Amino acid sequence: MHKLPVSDVDWKVIRNDFPILARRVHGHPLVYFDSAATSQKPRQVLEKVRHYYEYENANVHRGLHELSSRATEAYESSRQRVANYLGAASADEIVFTRGTTESINLVAQAWGEKFLREGSVILLTEMEHHSNLVPWQLLAERVSARLRFVPVRDDGTLALDQLSSLLTPEVKLFAFTHVSNSLGTINPVSELCQKARAVGAITLVDAAQSAGHMPIDVQELTCDFLAFSGHKMCGPTGIGVLYGRGEILDTIPPWHGGGEMITSVTLEKSAFKRAPHRFEAGTPNIAGAIGLAAAIDYLERIGRPAIFEHDVELARYAMQRLVELPGMRVLGPPTERGALVGFVMDAAHPHDLTTFADRYGLAMRGGHHCNQPLMRRFGLPGTTRASFYFYNTSEEIDRMVEILHAATRFFS
Amino acid sequence: MSPELDELYQEVILDHSRRPRNFGELADATVRVHGDNPVCGDEIHLAVKLGVDGGLEDIKFSGHGCAISQASASLMTMKLKGRSRAEIVTMLQAFHALVTEEAAEAPKALGDLRLMQGVRKFPQRVKCAMLAWRAVEQALRQTVGEVTVSTETDLMA
Repeated sequence: MHKLPVSDVDWKVIRNDFPILARRVHGHPLVYFDSAATSQKPRQVLEKVRHYYEYENANVHRGLHELSSRATEAYESSRQRVANYLGAASADEIVFTRGTTESINLVAQAWGEKFLREGSVILLTEMEHHSNLVPWQLLAERVSARLRFVPVRDDGTLALDQLSSLLTPEVKLFAFTHVSNSLGTINPVSELCQKARAVGAITLVDAAQSAGHMPIDVQELTCDFLAFSGHKMCGPTGIGVLYGRGEILDTIPPWHGGGEMITSVTLEKSAFKRAPHRFEAGTPNIAGAIGLAAAIDYLERIGRPAIFEHDVELARYAMQRLVELPGMRVLGPPTERGALVGFVMDAAHPHDLTTFADRYGLAMRGGHHCNQPLMRRFGLPGTTRASFYFYNTSEEIDRMVEILHAATRFFS
Repeated sequence: MSPELDELYQEVILDHSRRPRNFGELADATVRVHGDNPVCGDEIHLAVKLGVDGGLEDIKFSGHGCAISQASASLMTMKLKGRSRAEIVTMLQAFHALVTEEAAEAPKALGDLRLMQGVRKFPQRVKCAMLAWRAVEQALRQTVGEVTVSTETDLMA
């Protein structure tokens, strides 16, 4: 597929691929700054999913008829597509799930219950989304393991200087986010994985905010697990991925039981398929996997380096413009950040600010962003978050600043 | 300007959110309720003094939250002070209808609270408006001691 050189991408043309971006909300042109919650979908993905349902729909791995073979081929080639996208050694390392949350729960339940025991330590960070915190709390409770946290500094980065004292031999797993969903911090994944490996800990990377935004190569990062959702990267909802390094994935016992994941079943017991099919009980989200592969094709045609460059530029410009506003406090590091900006303003509570902005067609998120402990860490009830993707423009950031100025006048 | 925003954030409401009335501690409170809205992180600490007849002799609140939750709490405390239990229950139901039901006619008894009618155009903000009311409802149920209530637990009977 033809890949455009980084600086030559015509973002205005690309924007036209997203029908929803042309609509109006409350009588104003939509400015969609909530892509960290879910991204919008391009026509190319929507058409692919529709085409599958209109012409190819059948169940996978079981029918002997033509359509079933086609559906199976489409589903499994989507798996290969994901493997290539992540630089995985094999498609067998790719498990389809409902999303990041389910991927993490799979590891916490199936891997965690087999390999963790009383006294084991699970190392997390203070900036984890609830989806990379609560499953570990539940696991720790069940197996009497302990949780430990890498602190977050005032500038929104991890206190890496404390890592060596936190990474003791009892640490069996280190799970952390690639990009913070409320601070925007980009964590040094490769460095963290190597340090964890040095003490024999398994690593899990929450790539929900990065998988659609920047190049990722799991073999370069040397992570053991990596989880992400399709819907945050132009794909459909309800489809996600768990990457697991082959030799580890194969040691994990089955998770959900049912059809598709077995080789033979008697009334007393069953034998199970190998990974990844062992973890995909029941009819999978076939259309979702096909849609995700279409999204990957779409993103790869633009090119992840170009997308990341555009992201960084939007975040930089947003930071530059936001500080013009009175009583503005922007969270997170000044540089090395992903495509989102969380902030608070003296003039109004995040909830009021977000409601106000919505009436002018500006969609942002206000609240704790599934980051309650992190908000507490910064002494905030919540923030307003503007999150960007490649279809956003600097003009939209200007519009946001204009609306926030109006909000300041309105509330003070 | 957006008419819905002007209706939601009327001057009286903004005034109550900036300078909430009955804000602070109540030393001789008989019941304290901590209310929180986990969706947005808003918190209210309600201190209530109930009389022997179950009526509400005094009420104060503290905490933090958006303009809607603060103004609702402030207006509510002004309205409920000195009311009987039955009056409070009636008012609670009337207020809930006011902020949720399109057709609800605002009863005169609600007084300034009727200004909060604009909330019904913003379904995501109903919980903000109801936070203080959920707390007072719990206070009546509890009658004594200290308890926590959340907007995510079951709403009024």
